[in-house]
Amino acid sequence: MSGRDVSGVGVEPSRLRPRDVLRVAGSGLRARPLRAVLSALGIAVGIAAMVAVVGISASSREQVNQQLDALGTNLLTVAPGTTLRGETAALPADSVDMVARIGPVTTVSATGTVPDAAVYRTDRIDSGQTNGLAVLAARPDLLETVAGTVAGGRWLDDALGSFPAVVLGSTAAERLGVTRTDGSVAVSLGGEWFTVVGVLDPVPLAPELDSAALVGWPVAASLLDFDGSPTVLYERSAESQVDAVRSVLPATVNPENPEEVTVSRPSDALAAQAATDETLTTLLLALGGVALLVGGIGVANTMVIAVLERRSEIGLRRALGATRAHIRRQFLGESVLLAALGGVGGALLGGAVTAAFAASRGWPPALPSWVLAGAAGATIVVGALAGAYPAARAARMSPTAALTAT
Amino acid sequence: MSEAVVELAGVVREYPGAPPVRALDGVDLRIGAGELVAIVGPSGSGKSTLLHVLGTLDRADAGTVRIDGHDVGALSDAQLSALRARRIGFVFQQFFLTPGVSALDNVADGLLYTGLSLRERRDRAHDGLAAVGLTHRETHRPNQLSGGERQRVAVARALAGSPSLLLADEPTGNLDTVAGRGVVDLLHELHRAGTTVVVITHDLDVARSLPRQVHLRDGRIERDAA
Ligand SMILES: Nc1ncnc2c1ncn2[C@@H]1O[C@H](COP(=O)(O)OP(=O)(O)O)[C@@H](O)[C@H]1O
Ligand SMILES: [Mg+2]
Repeated sequence: MSGRDVSGVGVEPSRLRPRDVLRVAGSGLRARPLRAVLSALGIAVGIAAMVAVVGISASSREQVNQQLDALGTNLLTVAPGTTLRGETAALPADSVDMVARIGPVTTVSATGTVPDAAVYRTDRIDSGQTNGLAVLAARPDLLETVAGTVAGGRWLDDALGSFPAVVLGSTAAERLGVTRTDGSVAVSLGGEWFTVVGVLDPVPLAPELDSAALVGWPVAASLLDFDGSPTVLYERSAESQVDAVRSVLPATVNPENPEEVTVSRPSDALAAQAATDETLTTLLLALGGVALLVGGIGVANTMVIAVLERRSEIGLRRALGATRAHIRRQFLGESVLLAALGGVGGALLGGAVTAAFAASRGWPPALPSWVLAGAAGATIVVGALAGAYPAARAARMSPTAALTAT
Repeated sequence: MSEAVVELAGVVREYPGAPPVRALDGVDLRIGAGELVAIVGPSGSGKSTLLHVLGTLDRADAGTVRIDGHDVGALSDAQLSALRARRIGFVFQQFFLTPGVSALDNVADGLLYTGLSLRERRDRAHDGLAAVGLTHRETHRPNQLSGGERQRVAVARALAGSPSLLLADEPTGNLDTVAGRGVVDLLHELHRAGTTVVVITHDLDVARSLPRQVHLRDGRIERDAA
């Protein structure tokens, strides 16, 4: 026997190792596994929602970035716009050559609208019905300039341009029900039969081509009364010169009325489309936050019940030498562990949802690492907040009251 | 006379209420090191309250309490916890073993708040279980043990930290006669080995088998017989 010291200094203080805090907290959860899983589920749903929302929007942005990398951001389109009197203006027939003469311009191509030409699968359709498909004369270098690809068949090269051959945009082919490009299908174009020689993939930088029937420039003039003036110019230049080119384009193509000309950069529209998702993302993120909050309340509720049910355990631990701080740490640890359990489950679930969603859209799955760090931080905070009150209550409980409770 | 492990002078413990209940009403008690003492009395006489005061789980409203030389009234809650962790062992009528946890780890938990590593705690628990004759039950969980075995596990847990004072509140209360006798024999054994043991019981047969009986009635010591 030792420790005659009246002040209590002779007795070494109680000590609970940090790893024992974890062990004790973990064994508390293991004692009621079903309850632990159910109350962690709320947190898991909240975290999963937030991780998935951020992951899906990151994947979509990654998709757009990759697409822009592949398609290039140096394409400008030039359209005549409308005159002051509201008529559709035309571009001069030699505007393609004029643009080509601008120094930094590397490629330029054009389409020209063939007026009053409708496209039908047969010639027995009432000409009053339209199907929204445009007939465009296309220059041979168009497809390369807009970074388009053929889904089947071939493109209108120099040789085909003078013959009644047509290449259909993806939407046009779908609407007309054309899948064969072996020369066995013909469509009626402005009353003339044109053989379908190719079908395009969707063209992200020039979506107007998707719903068009494209024919050669010469044949449009010879068979379809096309006047040869371009309607839209497609131009590419060195990336660093895009702004400079953009500023001189209107005056180049229409020196008299440059203000009528509209120049646009299709890659901006693609990027903007990705940016509009941000609002929705923020909203969904807030919803995930609400789910997390509800999950936190669930954890708090579980912990309050646990403290009430485990009064005799608390009393026993005080009898074994636990201080109030040790009891508080145990229940706080249990609460944080419970939330962390949900957080890990939720992060895995959110990651899986992101991967599955991205795969279904053909997007590259992307999950920024700050999301996982944020999820971890959020669960620890939620667990600590949810556990603070029950843990304080457990710590305040008097040892005798805890022991004499049944 | 040996050194005192317990020294109570004029201890009063009153539970608030209308009217208030004086569970301890001026108790003077001295228990020397190595004694084996029974505290007997009818239900409601204040035995459990006395045990809580002896175990520093509860504080006296008046009088002085010295346990193992420490003036309990002067110690902080954390210091009392330290005293319980290192100098006092408890055995309860309801055993209070952790379900689903092996006998070995239940005993090792008796050292949880001493800051020893798990390995050391288990080593000592192993020896502790051997001392109560339960080496063959180490891996068994409480629900795989008989009542007598459970209480022996609880005794081993209380002894794990080699306390100066072992307090047992109705340790045979939930046991049949045979198992109860086994536990009382174990307490005698501990006494012979030098441990100071205080046993609360309302069973006069159990009390009579111990060297000293302190009779409690209405919060007062009615008789203290050796
Ligand atoms: N927490 C409490 N609050 C109020 N009265 C209590 C409390 N605990 C015990 N008592 C009363 O104190 C008296 C002594 O109780 P106790 O020490 O449990 O006696 P015993 O253990 O001898 O049965 C009894 O009258 C009991 O009703
Ligand atoms: Mg009692």
